[in-house]
Amino acid sequence: MKKVFAYPRALSQRRTHYCPGCTHGIIHRLVAEAIDDLGIQERTVGIAPVGCAVLAYDYFDVDFQEAAHGRAPAVATGVKRVHPDAVVFSYQGDGDLASIGMAEIIHAATRGENITVIFVNNTVYGMTGGQMAPTTLPGQKTTTSPYGRDTATVGYPIRVCELLATLDGPAYLERVSVHDPQHILKAGQAIRKAFALQVAGKGFSLVEVLSSCPTNWGMTPAEALRHIKETLIPYYPLGVYRAPEEVTGGDA
Amino acid sequence: MERVMMKGNEALAEGAIRAGCRYFFGYPITPQNEIPEYMARRMPEVGGVFLQAESEVSAINMVYGAGGAGARVLTSSSSPGISLKQEGISYLAGAQVPCVIVNVARGGPGLGGLNPSQADYFQATKGGGHGDYRLLVYAPGNAQEMVDLIGLAFDKAEAYRNPVMILTDAIMGQMMEPVVLPPLRTVAPDQPWATTGKRGRSKPNIINSLGLVGEDLERINRELQAKYARMAASEVRYEADGVEEADLVVVAYGTTSRVARSAIARLRQEKKKVGLLRPITLWPFPQQILAELATAGKRFLVVEMSAGQLVEDVILGVNDREKVAFFGKLNGTVPTVREVYDRIRSLLSEGGEG
Repeated sequence: MKKVFAYPRALSQRRTHYCPGCTHGIIHRLVAEAIDDLGIQERTVGIAPVGCAVLAYDYFDVDFQEAAHGRAPAVATGVKRVHPDAVVFSYQGDGDLASIGMAEIIHAATRGENITVIFVNNTVYGMTGGQMAPTTLPGQKTTTSPYGRDTATVGYPIRVCELLATLDGPAYLERVSVHDPQHILKAGQAIRKAFALQVAGKGFSLVEVLSSCPTNWGMTPAEALRHIKETLIPYYPLGVYRAPEEVTGGDA
Repeated sequence: MERVMMKGNEALAEGAIRAGCRYFFGYPITPQNEIPEYMARRMPEVGGVFLQAESEVSAINMVYGAGGAGARVLTSSSSPGISLKQEGISYLAGAQVPCVIVNVARGGPGLGGLNPSQADYFQATKGGGHGDYRLLVYAPGNAQEMVDLIGLAFDKAEAYRNPVMILTDAIMGQMMEPVVLPPLRTVAPDQPWATTGKRGRSKPNIINSLGLVGEDLERINRELQAKYARMAASEVRYEADGVEEADLVVVAYGTTSRVARSAIARLRQEKKKVGLLRPITLWPFPQQILAELATAGKRFLVVEMSAGQLVEDVILGVNDREKVAFFGKLNGTVPTVREVYDRIRSLLSEGGEG
């Protein structure tokens, strides 16, 4: 009988520490499937963030470096410049990438650094216990915005894809979601495309994945997925913010 | 081999390239700009990478990535910039990533000034960032040592899988002297522990410094301390000039050792018995020779451009506070030969030999 579904080779067969209902596991799988599809496991180097995915190096069967908080794009740059034939990706959360690591992500993007960034946006600091993130929605309650995010005093969420789309450097920017099977398929295609573009030497690619955090949102897993669909997506519209054609098709 | 006149900063940069360094990540700050500017010109000629980072913080993390990928990698900065790099240096030490960091020190604290200073001694030798770690720290005494010690620094960084610092200052960096350069080396980035992609290895290579389980972190720290003990036992370097017959030994490194040498030469013409002990490694520190000289009845004068940092290590080595005198200039001016000469003369007369 033909095997139609298997454990990705690029994932190590280890139980993760992620909470029940968290979508990190799905996103890990999508990344591993992209690595398998492109046949790049032997030359891939991942960069783990500080945040819930800090132990990502335990879950992928590829070389990994664990970066300081927010510095993954700089670390990825160092690896990529030494081994241009390696496929280098960072896997970062919203606090890591859009708060403490804002300088690193902006400058890696504007350099057109030929790396891939998987940006997991769940609008909250997960690992540290549910504090306000740069992507926390207006009115959203967190442990450091217990009365709800008050835009009058702490300002507004940052839309990373839209922000990076103002730069000439990036080759590919897309926001996806993993709240249902149809969107998971689309997210997988986007992640695969981001890696394929790096393999083709097209430059900086980032896929923002809207992700759930049932634990820190205080919701059941099913409620959390519904929350992505009904509340996150209206604020963070899905779609392609920079298509590779815009960079590669100079004569179009 | 030919002798060429070079600024200290440029001698150091060319010395790094000759030693096989092909990756430089840095950020502008005075008085070290000759190093990144030299690298920006020179790296493309040797197939290397020069990249100006968006900050010192990013530069040191690019160093982490490149060093963890197995390359000989360099960054340079000056005091305020070195402070910004401390987070990264702690991670480099924790993850045991080899690299070389140059501090062309200037006066502090805060924004300070552009004049030479030795007030970053504590930061370089006692930690600087968080956690229990040590850097191997070299202090060049002339442009030739800028070349020689940077080459040695890369070898030692790889041998111990540890960051190595070159601590120098604005005078040493800006002064021109003749140097002999070694032949150009090429060193492939292919360390067995490096993150290159698995490329046929059965297990992934991981570069990290996380130890969530207490016992694991303690084991990692024990391994680090054992490594530092090996470094302390094997890597001490110093220059001892006339210390055996001396009544008074001046202890100084880098710029102040040059001032002290001139003062000592004048005193020797007057038949005064004065020696110079110049630490070349600031960590590990040459404690043993100090202990031996103290036992032999010598007295000591520490000359440094700080409020008193090196002097603490000298007191520890001598183990007798009464035998150690201190002459410090505070972050901005350099001791003159006359000042050091006068200080030595007065110490010798206090001791009855004047």
